Amino acid sequence: MSAATLFNPTRQTRVLPGFGLSLGYTLVYLSLLVLIPLSAVFLKTATLGWSEFWAVVTAPRVVASYKLSFGASLLAAGINAVFGLMLAWALVRYTFPGKKLIDALVDLPFALPTAVAGIALTALYAGNGWVGSILEPLGLKVAFTPLGVLVALVFIGVPFVVRTVQPILEDLETELEEAAASLGAQRWQTFTKVILPILLPALLTGFALAFARAVGEYGSVIFIAGNIPMVSEITPLMIITKLEQYDYVGATAIATVMLVFSFALLLVINLLQAWSAKRTGRNR
Amino acid sequence: MSIQVENIHKQFGAFTALNQVSLDFPTGELVALLGPSGCGKTTLLRVIAGLETADSGRVVLEGEDASGTHVRERQVGFVFQHYALFRHMTVFENVAFGLRVKPRKERPNEAEIKKRVHRLLELVQLDWLADRFPAQLSGGQRQRIALARALAVEPRVLLLDEPFGALDAQVRKELRRWLRRLHDELHVTSIFVTHDQEEALEVADRVVLMNKGKVEQVGTPQQVYEHPATPFVYGFLGAVNLFHGRVDGEHVRVGEAVLPHDGRDAAHGVDVVGFARPHELDIVTDLASPQGVEATVARVLAFGASVRVELDAIAGTEGQPRHYEVVLGRERLAELALTEGQRVRLVPSQLRVFPREAA
Repeated sequence: MSAATLFNPTRQTRVLPGFGLSLGYTLVYLSLLVLIPLSAVFLKTATLGWSEFWAVVTAPRVVASYKLSFGASLLAAGINAVFGLMLAWALVRYTFPGKKLIDALVDLPFALPTAVAGIALTALYAGNGWVGSILEPLGLKVAFTPLGVLVALVFIGVPFVVRTVQPILEDLETELEEAAASLGAQRWQTFTKVILPILLPALLTGFALAFARAVGEYGSVIFIAGNIPMVSEITPLMIITKLEQYDYVGATAIATVMLVFSFALLLVINLLQAWSAKRTGRNR
Repeated sequence: MSIQVENIHKQFGAFTALNQVSLDFPTGELVALLGPSGCGKTTLLRVIAGLETADSGRVVLEGEDASGTHVRERQVGFVFQHYALFRHMTVFENVAFGLRVKPRKERPNEAEIKKRVHRLLELVQLDWLADRFPAQLSGGQRQRIALARALAVEPRVLLLDEPFGALDAQVRKELRRWLRRLHDELHVTSIFVTHDQEEALEVADRVVLMNKGKVEQVGTPQQVYEHPATPFVYGFLGAVNLFHGRVDGEHVRVGEAVLPHDGRDAAHGVDVVGFARPHELDIVTDLASPQGVEATVARVLAFGASVRVELDAIAGTEGQPRHYEVVLGRERLAELALTEGQRVRLVPSQLRVFPREAA
């Protein structure tokens, strides 16, 4: 081989082979499974004129449902981020009897048919249920209110944060905490300055996953929500309602708004995550 | 600052990590805790730091009982084997950490922090790396940063847990010398843990040899190397040749052979183990000589300033080790003109004997 071909700048050799193949495969696969079905949503919506589209997606009932869906989802993801972290912490850091059992329990919301979860939660939180009968005399109505929606979304989002944070926490050397303590840091300082920044990227991933799941959730919510117009209707329910009225275009229009909104939020979270990952010195 | 540990006992389940250990570390010295893995040296260091609590006994820092004091109040600098740098912080922020977490009243202002961190980074000769992240540094650089970070809080004692354990041989040697120089500059009482005898002997003012949770010997590197107090210390510090035998008056009888010995700890008729370092053995080619253990020359390694000769024991000598190692001067080798497979006699110029039970 001559020096000219060795140093030919147009031909780069990669250590990992198959870049072309795997990229092509990724694109085709994603197109078939994600992009084509989703673009059908946009195409169907496009049959609607702009003003009609606007009228459908800004109908007061629909707007109220956006507020509930996105608001409750963000809140639920937030709650799961905090308590999921605590759960992961307990599972990683301590040994106690029944730990394996609890560890398995975390995944249950994944496996359960969502309708079952919805019915179970409704039975529990309704005025005559175990929990509801205690809360309602205190003036706290959960079932058939937005609060009920939140409860269902928190329930189905539990595994995400736990499962994303857990492996990072397991890898976290206790030496880091010992080092911080030997340098005079209080426990709280060690947590906020040392542990949390390292967990943040994983925490954000878990948050994003829990949020995405919550936005798209249908089965568990409709039972406990009560579906009172303007109060406890979620956006996926609006879409189903339209479909049941054979208003396919209207349904896809709302779906489009959901898609764009969710995508934008997930993109922001991903960028945040990349930023914090960079800040914690990974990807270097 | 002086450190005393008194009757420290530490148990992990059925395993005794520290068995009634009492030690005195005088101010300003660099002391090595040396021993094989599992001997309790790291546990002792962690007990002194307050990262581990002893089951019984006291840790006294500067005359004050610190046994109940939390690690963050003990003012000890601790350096970990695997650096334990905060990977989400730059080198600068890592070193500044100890200053930033101080209570507001004691916390220096930003300009002062900057000045102090840069001074420390200059001390470890890595000022130019201030804005890098730990992941971008080599192992040796990381450990120096870890040391700078520990020094930032002006610790009364510096404790280093196998500080060079994760580094390769070249860097290790360089950092050893550097640590010694740094200690001569700062004079902060330091204790470092190592399983590498060369490291301990080279760097420390004093060496504490530990085995199975107990202190075997304390002394200067020269003392412990030249006058090992126990068979364990003898075996642990450098290569050694063993002879199992029985004391017979002025001599030790090893099988058929007779060896002279140093005369200590050896009552007549006691079963003993004799220790001789490779340079304390001489080779005699005259097989008719009355003294010495017979052996066969296996290999002559004739490179370097001195020559190493490996010998095999004669088969059938019961209870004896299979191999011997002798270090000779070049002239002596020329005199002997050894050939491989040749039968010779080994005569120790110095044989330290210990009763068999102790060994």
